[in-house]
Amino acid sequence: MASRKDSGPAASTGMASTGGTLDSPVKQIQIEGLVVLKIIKHYQEEGQGSEVVQGVLLGLVVDDRLEITNCFPFPQHTEDDADFDEVQYQMEMMRSLRHVNIDHLHVGWYQSTYYGSFVSRALLDSQFSYQHAIEESVVLIYDPIKTAQGSLSLKAYRLTPKLMEICKEKDFTPEGLKKANIGFEHMFEEVPIIIKNSHLINVLMWELEDKSTVADKHELLNLSSSNHLEKSLQLLMDRVDDMSQDIVKYNTYSRNLSKQQQQKHQYLQRRQQENAQRQSRGEPPLPEEDITKMFKPPQPPPRMDTLLIAGQINNYCQNVKEFTSQNLGKLFMAEALQGHN
Amino acid sequence: PAPPPHPHPQENKTAVRPPACRGSVRLSPAAGDRASLSKMSVFGPVVKIHPVVLASICDSYERRNEGASRVIGTLLGTIDKHSIEVTNCFSVPHNESEDEVAVDMEFAKNMYELHKRVSPTEVIIGWYATGFDITEHSVLIHEYYSREASNPIHLTADTALQSGKMNIRAYVSAQMGVPGKTVGVMFTPLTVKYIYYDTERIGVDLLQRTRVAPNRTKGLTSDLSQVAGSAARVQDMLATVLAYIEDVLSGKVTADNSVGRFLMDLVNKVPTISAEDFENMLNSNINDLLMVTYLSNLTQAQIALNEKLVLL
Repeated sequence: MASRKDSGPAASTGMASTGGTLDSPVKQIQIEGLVVLKIIKHYQEEGQGSEVVQGVLLGLVVDDRLEITNCFPFPQHTEDDADFDEVQYQMEMMRSLRHVNIDHLHVGWYQSTYYGSFVSRALLDSQFSYQHAIEESVVLIYDPIKTAQGSLSLKAYRLTPKLMEICKEKDFTPEGLKKANIGFEHMFEEVPIIIKNSHLINVLMWELEDKSTVADKHELLNLSSSNHLEKSLQLLMDRVDDMSQDIVKYNTYSRNLSKQQQQKHQYLQRRQQENAQRQSRGEPPLPEEDITKMFKPPQPPPRMDTLLIAGQINNYCQNVKEFTSQNLGKLFMAEALQGHN
Repeated sequence: PAPPPHPHPQENKTAVRPPACRGSVRLSPAAGDRASLSKMSVFGPVVKIHPVVLASICDSYERRNEGASRVIGTLLGTIDKHSIEVTNCFSVPHNESEDEVAVDMEFAKNMYELHKRVSPTEVIIGWYATGFDITEHSVLIHEYYSREASNPIHLTADTALQSGKMNIRAYVSAQMGVPGKTVGVMFTPLTVKYIYYDTERIGVDLLQRTRVAPNRTKGLTSDLSQVAGSAARVQDMLATVLAYIEDVLSGKVTADNSVGRFLMDLVNKVPTISAEDFENMLNSNINDLLMVTYLSNLTQAQIALNEKLVLL
């Protein structure tokens, strides 16, 4: 299988199978600066705490590039307007934007994340329905905490074709997954992003730089790391706990299964023996009873959750490693600075 | 609470056009002279603009209809006691010809409702128009917006770059003229500041770098290259400071006491810790980071193994 490549050295895309060729219709994402600013603003104003903010991406597809030219945010789900019609909001928004010549083609959605914990059932379902409807859609994950540490963290993900197949058939049993030969590394594929600005926006950037003061906070060179590491490790531990529970469940299931096989085997043997005895005594053999009804096979636990948890753990580990490598570099720099004193 | 209206902040008014219906009076001798504008002390609220608003304005200008020379739109934001913060905007379709102007009010109302769903704290605080000047139509549109918001501000951004720069200015309207007789409207300029959230600043920094790339694109870097980039920038700043010091030492530039004090602060900021203590701190930090890296590698190996076992 070509896609079972070793994605270990691809440190920047821990969750994706980069390999040589992405056999998907979208090979690159091109985002306008305006979209980046809007996403940042949306999170900053509406998403304090660990809530996620979501929104819709608009743009168009050019060759093998997906160009994202605009976006609009979605309101949060609150309890007091449970009858809020999301579809209507979206339709109205897109209709209005069309009046002012903004691209009104839906090409994906974005979501903010808390310390990298976005691999969940909800995301999978949403992305699956999007990708099913629009083939080239992506989900942009914006990590505000990592951005606040100094560098914009925006990643684009799509579901691999294999995962799409599985979701379509809803076959989440171990056998199904084994057939598809899918591992947690092949769930999502990351698409590289480039940012492109029009000339006018570039002029604006010049003006802004001219008129604004130099930033006085250089977060990227901040040496403190314990807070961030603590939280990341906490989340990692929770996930690993979930994982181990899942593993225990699977183990009990397979033990039950094998026990049941044994019982079946024994029963069949006893039956045969009895039948042989009866034949020797000249009596009619006992009727063959339906074995499957007597020994109902236990339900195999769905493997999708395990896959998701494994993917999430992988993501956490990847983030932690990136963070530590950056901090090691900074520590060595501080050492050099001190040494000269 | 709306800012208090201000009558005439300046004495050096020049050409005051007859206050019929046209009332855009420029209050500085050289129109568009940025330096003199910034030196004027204007009363009234300070207008703080977020970069997303300006980017949005530029984008809607680029997407304007055929034949339209400018675009207008609504500004959303929050009003404080002494400042107005503009955080969002959306463009409104309008038709403009020599003698009449038509603005789609329904659309504006609708969009405002939709926006309110997402951010209920933003209110209409004014409107924007691209272009260099304030025209008669602006007065009419400004009147409409006065109905929506108390004392709306008017923002102009010269996207056609008539004077070689994108002049971004803000105005508030005030009545002028003789009460009882012909009354006109005067637009008085306000101070404009750019304000960023921290994350916005980081985003804008990244966007700044697309200016220098050859085909105006920039990928997102990762890991150590980011730290390297940041260190390079600090190095540049240090080089500038060093050049200044050299100049002062060789007498080319007169020494400035305040700069000297800043330099003293700078040098003192590097903490003097005994070498031993620093070694210890450094080592313990490095050990922490290495341990965490080891743990995460271990976890990753573990789940990969688990995967393989399940698929047996």
